[in-house]
Amino acid sequence: MKNIYFLAKKELKIYFYSPIAYSVAFMFLLIAGYFFYSDVLYFSLISLQARSGFMGLDITDWVIRPLLGNMSVVLLLILPLLTMRLFAEERRQGSLELLLTYPLRDIELVLGKFFGCLAVYVLMLAFTLPYPIILYLLGRTDISPFFTGYLGIFLMGSAFIALGLFISSLTESQIVAAVITFGLSLLFWIINWATHFVGPPLSKILEAISIITHFEDFMKGIIDTAHIIFYLSFISLSLFLTLRVLESRRIRG
Amino acid sequence: MIEVSHISKRFGHRLVLENVSFYVEKGEILGFLGPNGAGKTTTMRILTGFLPPNSGTVRIGGYDIQKEPLKVKRLLGYLPEHNPLYTEMTVRDYLFFVAETKGVERSKRKTQVNETIERCGLREVASRLIGHLSKGYRQRIGMAQALIGDPEVLILDEPTIGLDPKQILEIRQLIKELAGKKTIILSTHILPEVSMTCTRALIINKGRVVAEDALDNLTYTRGVSISVRANPQTLLSTLNSIDGVKSVAIEDEKEGIVRASIETGQEVRAKIAYNIIQNGWELFEMTPLRASLEESFVRLVTEEEGQ
Ligand SMILES: Nc1ncnc2c1ncn2[C@@H]1O[C@H](COP(=O)(O)OP(=O)(O)O)[C@@H](O)[C@H]1O
Ligand SMILES: [Mg+2]
Repeated sequence: MKNIYFLAKKELKIYFYSPIAYSVAFMFLLIAGYFFYSDVLYFSLISLQARSGFMGLDITDWVIRPLLGNMSVVLLLILPLLTMRLFAEERRQGSLELLLTYPLRDIELVLGKFFGCLAVYVLMLAFTLPYPIILYLLGRTDISPFFTGYLGIFLMGSAFIALGLFISSLTESQIVAAVITFGLSLLFWIINWATHFVGPPLSKILEAISIITHFEDFMKGIIDTAHIIFYLSFISLSLFLTLRVLESRRIRG
Repeated sequence: MIEVSHISKRFGHRLVLENVSFYVEKGEILGFLGPNGAGKTTTMRILTGFLPPNSGTVRIGGYDIQKEPLKVKRLLGYLPEHNPLYTEMTVRDYLFFVAETKGVERSKRKTQVNETIERCGLREVASRLIGHLSKGYRQRIGMAQALIGDPEVLILDEPTIGLDPKQILEIRQLIKELAGKKTIILSTHILPEVSMTCTRALIINKGRVVAEDALDNLTYTRGVSISVRANPQTLLSTLNSIDGVKSVAIEDEKEGIVRASIETGQEVRAKIAYNIIQNGWELFEMTPLRASLEESFVRLVTEEEGQ
């Protein structure tokens, strides 16, 4: 346990000593801020018009959902940039060899890296917390979908990170790791589109493994354990595969 | 302290190590010598548990590296060939991280890191980013990282490669200071390095151990040089008639004193001296001609190739 903490701390330090974490976080916050601003503006415009006409415009539908949806797309684009270096860079530099001669277990290494990267991600998300606070101050009280939405975004991002960690363990090239992670994340994202033209049971399966289908309920303010279990299994499987790669690298040298 | 018995390693179909066995006593510095591609790095990677051998066993401090890797790893300090470091970290942060992961107790971490920084001459650069430092400093950081945790065994893979002469001296000095306190295996393809730092050498070529001995024995006697007052021609014929003398060369002759170097197969110094005295010549000087480690090395490696 202690070793996981030490390793995660090291990852965090490297992220913040180098410009990676800053640039990724900066771009994320810039784009998320832009979305928030435009969504809120749009909402206030519409609700002004709605005064005269139809009633009951929902802030969840008009601000929270679009914002969370947009944030998740941005994450899809930028999280691979955060995960690409995790194992690839250690392998390229040869520092993995040294690390493997320290009295550490492989599982500690994998979890240390995972949590180190996760910590950067959580920090990044924390900087978007002013948005729900602003909404609250604007007088719209029902912001609970924001909180379930954050749980969803957190879980989805963690799944991308675990996948990215796994891909990073397969190559020495950070670029290759980023490209493949991005490609696979996107595939897991859009795979449910195919449900329109394939029949069951395949469509059910595609639906079940699509990262985005599991995210939708969170945006609506619903917490369904099935979705939580999906993300946790996705993460565990990725981490398990990373562990296996690490073990097999050891055998092949 | 280190017992390597009958290890073999193949990469695909290539046999890179073949039945390698050796041991290192506690406190010894073993020079691990061999041309490039001989299998030094592979052997060291097996010793550190990074690569498993295809067959054979490695025991360090009594523990089998395959069965109790964590116990062995606690005894080890390793400096890999290319000295990989986290260039984005500062020296102190990096060494602190090493202390943490090597399991140095919390209360001792700070003092140990500071001591190691002092010992490796890193004080002036302790708070700088590793990526901004010269190769010489980086090598010292590599040594520092190996020394953290106060391991009993140090495995140093070509610790002076790519350094300038002054930096080489610094690293050698550091290794010499550790003599007797730690058990060290040091690989190199630079021969003088072994004579300067090691007590015993192991020569490896194409994955096989071709010689393992104390340095004195590896630098064998290849002949003698003598100064005698005698007639050069009779001296020459007398010496040539002695059993075991391969060749004789007259180096010079001054005021009746002849200096000759004699190449011998076996130990025939006594016979040579006896013959000279028998002839009533005055023997002024007789010194053994020792082959340098280079010559032994070349001889062993080429003999191997001739087979
Ligand atoms: N991971 C590997 N895969 C395939 N061949 C390797 C690998 N590592 C080393 N070799 C080969 O094994 C031989 C010994 O290499 P090495 O142990 O690095 O030699 P040295 O350190 O003595 O120069 C070389 O011919 C090298 O090409
Ligand atoms: Mg080597």
